[in-house]
Amino acid sequence: MLSRTAASLYWLGRYVERADFIARLVEATLRLDVLSPRSAGEDAWRSALAVTDTEDGFAASGAVLARESVARFLLSDSAHPGSILRCLAMARDNARAVRTALTREAWQAINGAWLIFDQQVRRLDSNTTLAVVEAVKAETRGFEGAVHRMLRNQTTLFIRLGQAVERTDNTARLLDVKYHILLPEGERVGGTVDRDQWTTILQTVSAVTAYRWLYSDGLNPANVIDLLLSRAELPRSLAASMEETVIALTGLAKSSGTQGAADRMARNRQARAARTRTGDVIAAGLHQHLQALIVENAQLHDAIGRQFKFHH
Amino acid sequence: MRLSIDHRTTYRFTKPQGRIVQLLRVTPGNTHDQTVAEWHISVDCDARLREHRDGFGNRTTMLYAEGPLDRLEIAVSGEVVTSHSDGVLHGTFEPLPPAVFLRSTPVTDAGEVLAGFAHRMTEGHSPLGALHALNRALHERFALDKGRPEPGLTVDDAFARDTATPRDLAQMFVACARSLDIPARYVTGYCDLQDGRRPTPHGWADGWVEGIGWIGFDPTLALSPEEHHVRIAVALDAAGCAPVAGSRLGEGEECLDVEVRVSGQ
Amino acid sequence: MGTQAFDEIMGAGGQDGARPELADLCRWLDETPPDELRRRQHSAETTFRQLGITFAVYGESEASERIIPFDIVPRIFLADEWERLSAGLIQRVEAINAFLVDIYGERRILKEGVLPADLILGNPQFRPEVAGIRPPHDVWAHICGIDLVRTGPDEFFVLEDNARTPSGVSYMLENREAMVRLCPELFAKFRVAAVDSYPDMLLETMKSVAPRGCGQNPNCVVLTPGHYNSAYYEHSFLADSMGIELVEAADLVVDDDVVFMRTIAGRVKVDVIYRRVDDDFLDPLVFRPDSMLGVPGLIAAYAAGNVAILNAPGNGIADDKAIYSYMPEIVKFYSGGAPTLPNVETYRCREPDALRYVLDHLDELVVKLVDGSGGYGMLVGPTASRAEIERFRAALIAEPHRYIAQPTLALSTVPTLVEQGVAPRHVDFRPFLLTGSRGVQVVPGGLTRVALREGSLVVNSSQGGGTKDSFVLLPEHARGGGMTQAMGGMTQTIGGGLA
Repeated sequence: MLSRTAASLYWLGRYVERADFIARLVEATLRLDVLSPRSAGEDAWRSALAVTDTEDGFAASGAVLARESVARFLLSDSAHPGSILRCLAMARDNARAVRTALTREAWQAINGAWLIFDQQVRRLDSNTTLAVVEAVKAETRGFEGAVHRMLRNQTTLFIRLGQAVERTDNTARLLDVKYHILLPEGERVGGTVDRDQWTTILQTVSAVTAYRWLYSDGLNPANVIDLLLSRAELPRSLAASMEETVIALTGLAKSSGTQGAADRMARNRQARAARTRTGDVIAAGLHQHLQALIVENAQLHDAIGRQFKFHH
Repeated sequence: MRLSIDHRTTYRFTKPQGRIVQLLRVTPGNTHDQTVAEWHISVDCDARLREHRDGFGNRTTMLYAEGPLDRLEIAVSGEVVTSHSDGVLHGTFEPLPPAVFLRSTPVTDAGEVLAGFAHRMTEGHSPLGALHALNRALHERFALDKGRPEPGLTVDDAFARDTATPRDLAQMFVACARSLDIPARYVTGYCDLQDGRRPTPHGWADGWVEGIGWIGFDPTLALSPEEHHVRIAVALDAAGCAPVAGSRLGEGEECLDVEVRVSGQ
Repeated sequence: MGTQAFDEIMGAGGQDGARPELADLCRWLDETPPDELRRRQHSAETTFRQLGITFAVYGESEASERIIPFDIVPRIFLADEWERLSAGLIQRVEAINAFLVDIYGERRILKEGVLPADLILGNPQFRPEVAGIRPPHDVWAHICGIDLVRTGPDEFFVLEDNARTPSGVSYMLENREAMVRLCPELFAKFRVAAVDSYPDMLLETMKSVAPRGCGQNPNCVVLTPGHYNSAYYEHSFLADSMGIELVEAADLVVDDDVVFMRTIAGRVKVDVIYRRVDDDFLDPLVFRPDSMLGVPGLIAAYAAGNVAILNAPGNGIADDKAIYSYMPEIVKFYSGGAPTLPNVETYRCREPDALRYVLDHLDELVVKLVDGSGGYGMLVGPTASRAEIERFRAALIAEPHRYIAQPTLALSTVPTLVEQGVAPRHVDFRPFLLTGSRGVQVVPGGLTRVALREGSLVVNSSQGGGTKDSFVLLPEHARGGGMTQAMGGMTQTIGGGLA
């Protein structure tokens, strides 16, 4: 496979995953905002910016921090490279460059997602925001399904690899931000606002039901952290994302007959994660743990680029 | 006469380059009046060099170097024995008919002013007389600019100035000759009549006269090149026979340093 | 114009009797209600849109990607007509190849004074950069599209040669796919030569011109400018159906005069490149020193004989408008006989007698700029205003060498589905020819373009033109020959099932 094709497929995977994640984040934040008193609502949107690491970008846009402005910034701001609109445009551009490697169904999902913004997004009140979010989620789900129905060859492996690497980053950021967000003054740990914030996280990774299945003792931060960190049953957990990364890389190694630094990094990382217990992580400092993971994930991304010669 | 030439081209890159591919036109050919006694191209990194001839008959060399490279030096040196020739070329390799050299290029397309000048300076002359007259007229009109030529400067813009580099004089010459329907071409090479170190190889021109053949004209020196000149390459314009056409793979800026020494004995 | 046109189905005489061999098509048109035809046509166009067979520059929105209208009524060539036409096409393409070999080599045709030397040597399409290079097996124009018009049963005229990167072959293939699916009964009535082997033929052609010494299975690729190019669909379609890589310039690297492509497993040598990019963007070291586009070193690899490039760089001189009017002389010079396939009669205004005639008959002629770079390039005498004619008269007198003139032809028509039902519309035709190391092949089919507006002679897709499938009928005695199999077998089953 041409290196350029591989790079496009990998980035296609990353951008679709990122668009999907932001859509979920906006959806969950919207809910938190509606449930919260005014000041806590603002905090919800501030933390959404923190999760996507775009506080500075938002500040530079000159907008006042409020539901509509942040939602617009994250969804449809064409000047913001991290908006869903831009992610989908990039996804579509990459998909177009490898058009013949994709099935028609996969292409139509990408194209359909991109067209959402072509048509409806003019004003974003909370109803239209939800509608857009729903539409984006439907198309990315459609894409995911289409990829699963494609031949299990290098094409799908590169897309899955991109998705897994992106998902690792997203989940780590999500968890990290919640953990060091301060509760609004006067709220207590375990209080309503705190509970709502944890629920929001579960919603963002579509894990509210999964949580109930896996933990019998009600909502509790340590359990939520455990779920997101180490339960491979949950597709968006860090454990599952790291496993998926290894599976995709192993498949590529098998089909191309070569392996390299990226394979070793990914396997080491997964083995270390399997030995790590959530309680120890919390005791030693979750923030440091997650920050290290984010850095390591970026290094893995670079190693993948070198191994498959994405750059000349 | 025996001319010894030392032509050093050094690229420095602000960021290391992944790969470099260059087309070099730095090798003289043998003619009746020019014999290459010794010639070397050396590069200061691991590189592969492949000899070619281009469509104009020039000897070219493809250079392939693998990075990372933060500099690249190409040193060309050798000795050429020349004999007196009155500027008329004999025994050059000529794969193309002269009529090809009637066409202009984007930088050598003479506008009304320059074509008018060519016409005025050559009125009543035979083609041979016209070429000599042009050579003199261009030499007299401009003070010599000893600096580095401005990339992409057109002949019309060059004509509007008071000073001109050898490259621009030669390009104006070919543009004027073509506007008079006389085939003409740009020549690169070396010349020992210019003082000291030069920032570029030399440039002059050839004009075609039916019944005689190709004749060299050097408007920088107001003479026809003979034993003091070593021919390297010809083309429609200076860019077409540039000593180095290059492509690199990598970001950052490049800084180019060229040093040419020619000495005759 | 138009009123006396030859109709390819109905014949010259208008309504009183179709050409006997094609009576079945008339019956089919009579039996199939226009609404049914329209439904099928709509279905074909929906498929094209879904496949993304679009044209026009790719803009920001999907809506700006348009499809070329498809007409459901096929155009039909009889076997013997096709045989005669093919002979003329082969002769012409052989001459184009011989011309390119000569003009970049010995230049005999100039030395013998058959063509004015300045016409070639001063022409920007003559590329001194590739003079002296001998492509593998001496083939230059591997893929040619010859644009034809027709005025009678055996009267074909060449309108234009395309020897650089002719496009449209994907329409030929997709139109056939659509016809087989939507009108299977026609394939039961007519024995139509298959075109679906085109990708195999093209790949065979590519392999046949691989440089010597690259083994049984040379590595072939298609080179595209990228997915923003308006013909990208065709590029990816061809690469896909040949099962070879579709590369962009940045995917290729030249080292030591050998071309490689960058893959995830490292560099892989490339032997044959079907390029769909212009000469100017092949190699920045040679053609455009100011450009970053292209593959640095590609021409060196090509000159060293290490890679085949289809079509060869420098081919523009063979299909240049200024050369066109000399094609009869060129064909005669290289084939030794009279051209079987004539040009449209052309007056070269650079010749004083021709200029005089043209100035006297401006209201009957089409006048064109030979270099086409002048913007307002064309005068259509019969429909032009007085002022326009006078403007061209002045231009012709000032710069006669820049113009040619041609009579307006009564282009043939083919029944076409239009709003009012089925009506005759003017057509042209682009057959495709492949030249490999073993000679020239004509693809039995091609691209028929149709002017959908009544009376219009303009078939360009940008001006309301559409396309049709082009049936080439097999000779009576050919039974289940190699060319028919795939399509023939398939249609018979379907046709049988429906009958």
